[in-house]
Amino acid sequence: MNTSGPSLTSAAGRDCWLPTMQLSMREVFELMLGCPLDTPTDPPPEEGLDITSMVGLAGQLCGILSLRCSARSAARMASRMLGVDVEKAGPEMWDAVGEICNMVAGNFKNKISGMGDGCMLSVPTVITGADYSVHSMVNENIRAIFLFEGELVVLSLEIHS
Amino acid sequence: MDNIRALIVDDSSVMRKIVERSLRQAGLSLSQVLEAGNGAEALAAVQNNQVDLILCDINMPVMDGLEFVKQLSAVNNAKGVPVVMITTEGSEGHVVQALSAGARGYIRKPFTPDQVKEHVLPILAGKQ
Repeated sequence: MNTSGPSLTSAAGRDCWLPTMQLSMREVFELMLGCPLDTPTDPPPEEGLDITSMVGLAGQLCGILSLRCSARSAARMASRMLGVDVEKAGPEMWDAVGEICNMVAGNFKNKISGMGDGCMLSVPTVITGADYSVHSMVNENIRAIFLFEGELVVLSLEIHS
Repeated sequence: MDNIRALIVDDSSVMRKIVERSLRQAGLSLSQVLEAGNGAEALAAVQNNQVDLILCDINMPVMDGLEFVKQLSAVNNAKGVPVVMITTEGSEGHVVQALSAGARGYIRKPFTPDQVKEHVLPILAGKQ
C-alpha cells in the first residue's frame, strides 16, 4: 500500500494500472473476505450481474470505479465479511459490495504514485438491476475480470480525465 | 484489557461489525460498543456517553472523520480518549492530517485483525 508504484501521469505508468487494479482487488478479497480470487481462462458470459457498486474519483484522476456481480455473489461476499450464514448476510449485501468497491478504489489509488493525496473518493453507490446504461465522458476504460467462488465479478475503471 | 467502552464510526454497518469483531479478536473485552454512521452522530454519542476508545473512518457523509476528530477536542467527555482512524485514505497527507487533528493511530483498509491489535493495544496500554 505504498505510493511508490506506477505513475499517475505517464503513459508508461498507466500501462501498469490493470495489474495494479487486479492486485488491489485480490488484496481486498484475501484480507477482508479470506478468499482468493481466480482468473477465468475462458471468461463466462456477463449475464446476471445485477448488482453494481460504484465509487467516484475526483481530482488528478476523474472517473468511476465499478464492481459488478450477481446478487448471489454479493450475498456470499457479505457472508464472508460478516462471518455469518448467507441467509443472515443477505440484507447487508448492498453495504458489503459498496464497502468492497470503496476499499478496492482506495487501495488502488494508494498504489499509484501521486494519486493518494491528489484524488478524492466518493462514498459508494450501489445499483440493483442490470437493465441500465451509464453515459459519461469516458476517455479510457480498464477492465479486470475475476471468479469469486466460481462466479464472475467484473471490475472496471472508467477514466474521464 | 477489560471493560472497554468503544465507539465505532463508519458509514458502513458491515465495516462497523468487522471492526468490532477485530477488537474482540485482539483480546479486548468490550463492555459496551456504540456505533455511529458519521462524524455528527459520533459527536452526539460522545456527548452523551463515556467511551475509552474511538475507531473512526474518514470518508463519510454529513461529517467526515477528520472534522470529527477536530471537533472532538471540544467535548469534555472525550478528553484524552484515543482515536484510531480506519480508512481507505492511505496517503501520507491524510495520515499527517489525521495525526495533526488529534488521532493517535492510523489503519489502512483493507486490514487484518492483527493490524488492529498492533495499533490499538499499545495505545490503550499507554492510556491506562
